[in-house]
Formats: sequence, C-alpha cells, structure tokens
Amino acid sequence: MSTDQSSATTAEAVEATPTTARRGLELQKFALLGALLLLFLIFFIASPNFLTISNISGILLAASVTGILALGTNFVIATGGIDLSVGTGMTLFSVLLAVMGTSAHLGLPLPVAILLTLVIGALVGLFVGFLVSYMRIPAFIATLAMMMATQGLSLIITSSSPQYFTEHAWFRQIATGQLIPKIPNAVLIFAVVALVAWFLMNKTLVGRYAIAIGSNAEATKLSGVNTRRWTMYIYMTAFVFTAVAGIVMASRLNSAQPALGVGYELEAIAAVVIGGTSLAGGRAAIGGTVIGAILMATLNNGLQILGIAQEWQRIAVAIVILVAVWGDSVRRNRAAS
Amino acid sequence: MSNIARRTFGAGIVGALGLSLAACNRGPDAAGGSGGSDGGGETAGSGPSIAIISKGFSQQFWVTVRDGAFAAAEELGAQVSFDGPDTESDVEQQIQQLQTALSGSPDAIAYAALDSEASLPLLEQAQSSEIPVIAFDSGVESDIPVCTVATDNAAAAEEAAKKMVELVGEEGSVAVIAHSQTSLTGVQRRDGFVDYIEANTSLTIADIQYSDSDVLKATNATNAILQAHQDLKGIFATNEASAIGMVTAIDELGRKDGLAVLGFDSGQGQLDAIRDGRMEGSVTQDPYDIGYKTVETALAAINGEEVEPKVDTGFYFYDETNMEDEEIARSLYE
Repeated sequence: MSTDQSSATTAEAVEATPTTARRGLELQKFALLGALLLLFLIFFIASPNFLTISNISGILLAASVTGILALGTNFVIATGGIDLSVGTGMTLFSVLLAVMGTSAHLGLPLPVAILLTLVIGALVGLFVGFLVSYMRIPAFIATLAMMMATQGLSLIITSSSPQYFTEHAWFRQIATGQLIPKIPNAVLIFAVVALVAWFLMNKTLVGRYAIAIGSNAEATKLSGVNTRRWTMYIYMTAFVFTAVAGIVMASRLNSAQPALGVGYELEAIAAVVIGGTSLAGGRAAIGGTVIGAILMATLNNGLQILGIAQEWQRIAVAIVILVAVWGDSVRRNRAAS
Repeated sequence: MSNIARRTFGAGIVGALGLSLAACNRGPDAAGGSGGSDGGGETAGSGPSIAIISKGFSQQFWVTVRDGAFAAAEELGAQVSFDGPDTESDVEQQIQQLQTALSGSPDAIAYAALDSEASLPLLEQAQSSEIPVIAFDSGVESDIPVCTVATDNAAAAEEAAKKMVELVGEEGSVAVIAHSQTSLTGVQRRDGFVDYIEANTSLTIADIQYSDSDVLKATNATNAILQAHQDLKGIFATNEASAIGMVTAIDELGRKDGLAVLGFDSGQGQLDAIRDGRMEGSVTQDPYDIGYKTVETALAAINGEEVEPKVDTGFYFYDETNMEDEEIARSLYE
C-alpha cells in the first residue's frame, strides 16, 4: 500500500464524496444510535433481566463474531461487490486452525497455527479477488462458489466431526477470558478490529480505492489506478477479517464446528446495510457497521429473553433490514436529484 | 486473450472446481467414524440395492448409522448407498437426493425425513413403483413406509425428564434447547420431555428455544435463557449440537452451580463434559443398531417377508457412573 503522491491525489479527486452525502451518512449514524437506544429502552421496560452487565456483555459477545465478519464484508461491499462466502469461510478457517494446531492432526504450536490461518486467509482473499478482477467473474458468483467449496471442504477435512482445542487450555481465553473484568476478550478484539477497519477504510489506499472503485470504477481506472490489483488487495483484506472471525469463534466454542456458518453471511451483510453502507458501493460506514452488528445482536437477545417464538424473531430482523435498505434507497434518490 | 475468451475460460475453471468439490461433498467420506466398512465411496457390499437417505453428515451420529448400515451390507449381502444433506435444515437438498435415489430404481429405499410432508409425493412415487420404503430415525408421518426403525424418541426424552426430576425435585423451573420444530425427532424429544414434566410435577417450563442444530445459535439462546431466568434449576438439550452450545453458554456465564444439565446423543464434547462434571448426564440412542437394523429390515422387505411396523432400537441414559459399561459404551461415539 504505497503512498505514491499522484495516486493519493487521484484517490481524493475520484473519491470526493459530496458534502450532502457525507452529512447524510452522519445523520444515518445518529438515527442508528437512536434506534439502538430505543431498542434498549423497550427491552429494559419489558424485562428486568435485560439491562444487566452480564447480559449486555453477552450481547456484545454475540455481536463480536458477526461484527468482525461484517467489518471485512464492508470492504467488499464498498467496491460494489458482495461476499457470500464469509459464513462458511469463517468455519473453514476455524477448521484449518484445528488441523494445524491440534495434536489430532498436524500439531503445530498453536500461535504458529493462528498466524498461518491468517496468512491462508490473505491468500484465499487474493485468489477470490483475482477471480473477480482479472477473470471478471461477478463477485456474487465467485463468492457463491467459494461458499459451497468452503462448506464442502470443512466437512470433508473433519469427516463431519467437531475438532476440539481442549489440549490448549489457554485458547478459550482469547474469546472468553476477561482482561477487563466483566468484558469478554472477544469484545476487545472486536473493538480493535473495528479501529483497524476504520483506519484502513479512511486512511489507507485499500479503503479509499475500495470506495473509489465502488463509486466509479471506470473513472478510477482512467486516473491511473490499477483497479484490478487493488481489487485483489481489497478482497485479501476482507478475507483476513473472516479468518480473524473464525479464530475468535473457534476460541469461544473451544472447537471447530464444521457444520456451522451457513447463513452467517446474511447477518453480516445485514449489519453492513443497516449501518449505512450502500450495496451499490461507493460508500462505507465502519461505525455504522459496528452499531448495526450490535443492533442485530440486541434484537436477537431481547426477543429471546422475552421468550418470543423463533419465527417472530426472524420476522423482526427481516423488518429491520427492509427499513434499513429502504432508508438507503431514499437517501440515494435524494443525493441523485 | 480476448475479453470473452478470458471470461469463458475463467467461468469454466470456477465451474469445474465447483462441480468437482460439490461432487466430493455430496458423497460420504471414507475417513472417520468408528470401525465399520472400508467403503471408499458411497456404496458398500453387493446384493440387492438399498438407497439410504439420512438427515445429514453434520453429526457423528450419522457416520455411526452409516457404519452400522455398511456392516449389515457386508454381513447380510446387500449393496447399500448412503447419502444425506449438508445440514439438518436443508429440506430441499434432501428431497433432491431422494429424487436421485428413486431414479436409480433401487430395490428398497431407507429414509429419515427432515420434513415428512414435503417428502410425500416422492414416497408415493416409490410406492407405485413397488419399491419398499423403510423409514428410520425420524420416520415419516405416513402409511407408506412398511417399517420404521428408530429410537422411541418420546420415551427416550421422557427418561431424561425422569432423571431431571430426580435431580431437581418437583418444584422450580427448567428450560429446553430443542434442535428443530419441523423434524419429527425434534418435536418428539421436546414433547416427550415437556409432557412428562407437565403431567407429573409442579415444575414449570421456563422457556423452549431452538438451535437448528447450530452450536453458536444454541450458545446464544442458552445465554439469553440463563439471563432471563436467574433461578432456573435445570436445562435439557435435545441433540449433540444443542448440548455443546448449551454447555458453552453455562461455562461462559459460570452458572453451573445449582443447575442440572442434561443432553441427548453423545459425541466427544458431551462425553468430556460429563466426565468433568459440566453435565450430569445424557441419553444416547444406538445409531449403529439403527443403521444395521435398517438394512436388515430392508432386505426382509425385498424378500417379501413380513416385517414389524416398528423396530425399536433402544436408548440408554448414561452419566459418569455407567458410561464405561460395555453395553453403553458401544452406543457412544467420540
């Protein structure tokens, strides 16, 4: 990610989000926070057990894995693409971690295995980015194929049985230990990942080119940016986030569960959309994504605490997504006029 | 290379990759599972052909069923193929596999329905082609199968309910993490437990949440239940994935004290949990026997013999006092 003088100015020129749109984004974030607080209020009134430290930390813990996935997906969506493979991909990374790090398989030292998992994440991301940018395969198709491939691989590698990390007693601490009392480490990791994502998206070329490519790929290319190479880097970034999510999830469950993950990509995409990032690309709202992930976890948790039937939980989430997408299209129409 | 050529080439590669991986994924794997046949692919043995469509591969349970089936194939002389969907909510995929199996004109079909209603048209087709259908595990809600080889799930769950009462007494509240609202096993186990509790004690059912056999969902659901009910006395999970998730949440919240924790099926996670006191016990089926008896019954049906409408393959409650007993250990898998 070189900060070449000409490409920096190019990025600025191409990416210039008009002030009205940026103001719209700020408004969106406040509306989102407002919605989250409203939810908190409703659930607090409905049940005394909702607003306890223990439950809030439970909500944040549940939001962590989805949130990390959503932050990675944010980069891909900013380019106007989509990543359907994050759910099963996350599972595959947790499986690969088990394969490398447990004595039942390769038995490498676990820290080494964790590092290698991240590296493999980057490589897989580069590959998918290659499929999208050089092979010109639409992101939807390429990541759909990846989704099925990773799911199959997870089941094949593990013979469909969960792989446990019990021999490494400290591994659970990554997600469920409490460096800060009452706050699970996974939440801290989520916070750090969010800061990294914000920095990458706003202060480095990976993020700014992602937005530039999403808003006008042709113009970006014409101004001298190698859009194909940068698309690969963008997907690489997204997949490293997915690998991190896989490691955190494996730590929380102290195992790699090969059947898991199907459908998680939709939750991640929902968090991104609710957060204000447009599916059409050209804009990214990292803060919004974080709030979006927490909002969905809050909704799930609150409804479960109230003992509301599973079916209604799904409908509630669907309504939230519809409202968010509708808000997005209203905003886009206003910006266009 | 021109644009179009490059695009076609790329799509071709991805397509080929996807197809080959999908093909690998569809067929059962050779590795894994306890003992059983050495079948390198989908089929084992030789003789009359029996197509088995199970509810999936995602739990070790089905691998053991397959091992029992393949063993019967070798011993009794049958050619058995075994297939199942990716997850236990993939109803559509299972229907597709049933369709494929039917098109191969097997001598018999064995089926464990994820959704009985959705499978009916194909089963009617089998019946009119005079292919006997043996239902196993969940069974199918219809008259078409000539026999159902299964654990009596309601009775097994009732056994868990009785143990729960032994552990927590007759007053207070308990919760259930069930794995499915649509599959017969999910419904039977949930009802078997709940009905016994409600009919025979003053215990209240605080909540029932569903995991869809997803460990993470089970963890989050149990978390919410424990938050909502601070004085819960017991909790019961209806399958392996639900039990693992349940135990994970209890660990996370440090709520084991004063909570009686029971599960269903086995698997390394549950066995470890029972051994180090994070669970009181669990109810296991006999998956090997299910697979074995299914093939045995299918052969009998093919040969035109009379078959019993129900073959009960049994269940055992196990805890740390008896899990090493030979009879019980045989039904447990890691």
